[in-house]
Amino acid sequence: MLSIKNIHANVEGKEILKGINLEIKAGEVHAIMGPNGSGKSTLASVLAGREQYEVTAGEVSFLDKNLLELSPEDRAREGLFLAFQYPVEIPGVSTTNFIKAAVNEKRKYHGLEPLDSVSFLKIMKEKMKLVEIDQSLLSRSINEGFSGGEKKRNEIFQMAMLEPKLAILDETDSGLDIDALRIVANGINKLHSPERAVLVITHYQRLLDYIQPDYVHVLYNGRIVKSGTKELALELEEKGYDFITEGVDLNA
Amino acid sequence: MKENQDPLEQAVSNDYKYGFVTDIDTDTIAKGLNEDVIRLISHKKNEPEWMLEWRLKAYAYWLTMVEPEWANIKYPTIDYQDIIYYAAPKPKKQLNSLDEVDPELLSTFEKLGISLSEQKRLSGVAVDVVMDSVSIATSFKEQLAEIGVIFCSISEAIQLHPELVKKHLGSIVPMTDNYFAALNSAVFTDGSFCYIPKGVRCPMELSTYFRINTENAGQFERTLIVAEDESYVSYLEGCTAPMRDENQLHAAVVELIAMEKAEIKYSTVQNWYPGDKEGKGGIYNFVTKRGICKGDHSKISWTQVETGSAITWKYPSVILKGDYSIGEFYSVAFTNNHQQADTGTKMTHLGKNTRSRIVAKGISAGHSQNSYRGLVRASKQAINARNYSQCDSLLLGDKCGAHTFPYIEVKNKTAIVEHEATTSKIGEDQLFYCRQRGIDPEAAVALIVNGFAKEVMNQLPMEFAIEAQKLLTISMEGSVG
Ligand SMILES: Nc1ncnc2c1ncn2[C@@H]1O[C@H](COP(=O)(O)OP(=O)(O)OP(=O)(O)O)[C@@H](O)[C@H]1O
Ligand SMILES: [Mg+2]
Repeated sequence: MLSIKNIHANVEGKEILKGINLEIKAGEVHAIMGPNGSGKSTLASVLAGREQYEVTAGEVSFLDKNLLELSPEDRAREGLFLAFQYPVEIPGVSTTNFIKAAVNEKRKYHGLEPLDSVSFLKIMKEKMKLVEIDQSLLSRSINEGFSGGEKKRNEIFQMAMLEPKLAILDETDSGLDIDALRIVANGINKLHSPERAVLVITHYQRLLDYIQPDYVHVLYNGRIVKSGTKELALELEEKGYDFITEGVDLNA
Repeated sequence: MKENQDPLEQAVSNDYKYGFVTDIDTDTIAKGLNEDVIRLISHKKNEPEWMLEWRLKAYAYWLTMVEPEWANIKYPTIDYQDIIYYAAPKPKKQLNSLDEVDPELLSTFEKLGISLSEQKRLSGVAVDVVMDSVSIATSFKEQLAEIGVIFCSISEAIQLHPELVKKHLGSIVPMTDNYFAALNSAVFTDGSFCYIPKGVRCPMELSTYFRINTENAGQFERTLIVAEDESYVSYLEGCTAPMRDENQLHAAVVELIAMEKAEIKYSTVQNWYPGDKEGKGGIYNFVTKRGICKGDHSKISWTQVETGSAITWKYPSVILKGDYSIGEFYSVAFTNNHQQADTGTKMTHLGKNTRSRIVAKGISAGHSQNSYRGLVRASKQAINARNYSQCDSLLLGDKCGAHTFPYIEVKNKTAIVEHEATTSKIGEDQLFYCRQRGIDPEAAVALIVNGFAKEVMNQLPMEFAIEAQKLLTISMEGSVG
């Protein structure tokens, strides 16, 4: 589904990603861990098509398309979803209207009629139950004045509404209380199916307890320096990153 | 990545969609202004003597005045001798129904998306269409007449209801009020007249579409709305003008009178030709709009969505004379390319316990300049007067400007005047968030702008709100990419 080959990327002239390779197949759950500033969010931004991030080398294919040639909106319409580490506030735009616009833009791209208000609200009600989000939150301006946890939950709600092929979750578990964590994990598990894949970026084992990744990768200084199964996450939790990063040549 | 162009820039630069000229045989008076031209206008309109005298008086006064220079706008000097003051499409014969209207004209309205027949049938809106100077067709007049509502062109009113016109014309905006009002008083050629008798709630929205068509024809409409005790009326005014290279002058006067417990809601959607991307051409829109809440517990509400004109100079105002009267002003002004807008309101509190509310939203893109200018005045007698003003500006890009000039004059201690102002920009991170959800930059800007303008849009009658929202979206097209 997603194939990343030797990606290098710069931000403001500084190289942050230094040759990333990653294969994600339909139905798989991958986790990326790694110390602060190692390039995890940068990787997510590059995949989503953020323009400040300049790809200097490498290739990415997504569902057999050259991902790097697509505009950010077309990537989204093709089924790539990014739950942001820091979701932005958009005053004046109601969350419901925003999601409706997003859903209908995607439908238009795939040659489908826009959903009318009745069918849209019906789907919305279902998904609201799934992520236990309150109606009152959805009638407010998007993310404006939302608590940290509410913002994250709203990201998962949007994911549930858009039903992406590949969901990238950038630290969606950070700042969540125990109940919210369970709800978010539940949302991810409900979405997960043989046709869909998930890439979670996290610092904590606790999310992985709920969602059971097939693979865990450690990103360090712009490279994936170790990949393994979910046991790797447990090992990291126990020993920290030192046991991996020791001996990695920073200049290579 | 390849897309290095500023996405905001692209989404706000597109072509004016209403730029076409209707090819109709037009009856015009040669360019220029003097007493004879005014006599000729009055004669062509078959006006009574008192009307001609009124015009000549206004003209004599206008000659003694100088054009104002105080607004935050710049434009080349207007040559008043280079303007056509009278242009009437020549109807082939007297019209009895819409079917007899020139098909060219009907197709013009169709291009504007206001097919009269459709509107008549579907929405029950009574439309008085003003094309250049003369009213072409007035619909629903008979139904309105049954309940005593008079809705006709001002020319017709001068013929059929001279006592009403004589009594109220110029009573709120005197001919001496300002330069453009004096000019209008001398040369106005058409406009609308509404009279709502005591106790009548006008059952439909009254609507006028103004359209400037003849090249170099200035448009000077005059609108007068009188709402007697305990009556209600909602009036809609919509405007478009075809594309022209030469600037065209538009100087209208609107007067509203609300008697005891009467309510007048006046909504405007204005999308006259704003000029091209380099700032060439476009309408100069110098309008005087004023209403008086004459009776106790009366209410006047102005709502405007302004997306057109090269220059807009307009301050719909309310004189709150009756005790407990209410004045409202809701405005969205969108400027793009080289447009300049200087708009706002004046709320003059004279009566006791009067209230006013101002919500002004300015959106600037391209190289445009958007100013809010407002005056809230409370006299000594205006015990317990209250005003709340809110002015928000949204900037699209960094070459445009937003300015706020709130003036406050309070002469008694019981009055409370509150003013809030904000300025914001659409951030790159907000755009990216939208794009990541599959919403392209243009749609994203439209979503954000419409969200910004919502509070004002909500004041418009339903059908009009949808049209205004479309208009806002069209005006913005190309300002992102
Ligand atoms: N827009 C930017 N401008 C300048 N530097 C940037 C920008 N974005 C990222 N960086 C730098 O790139 C490096 C990687 O940042 P990134 O956000 O990808 O780290 P991360 O692995 O997600 O860290 P965290 O775990 O703290 O979220 C950091 O040194 C960061 O300062
Ligand atoms: Mg990060």
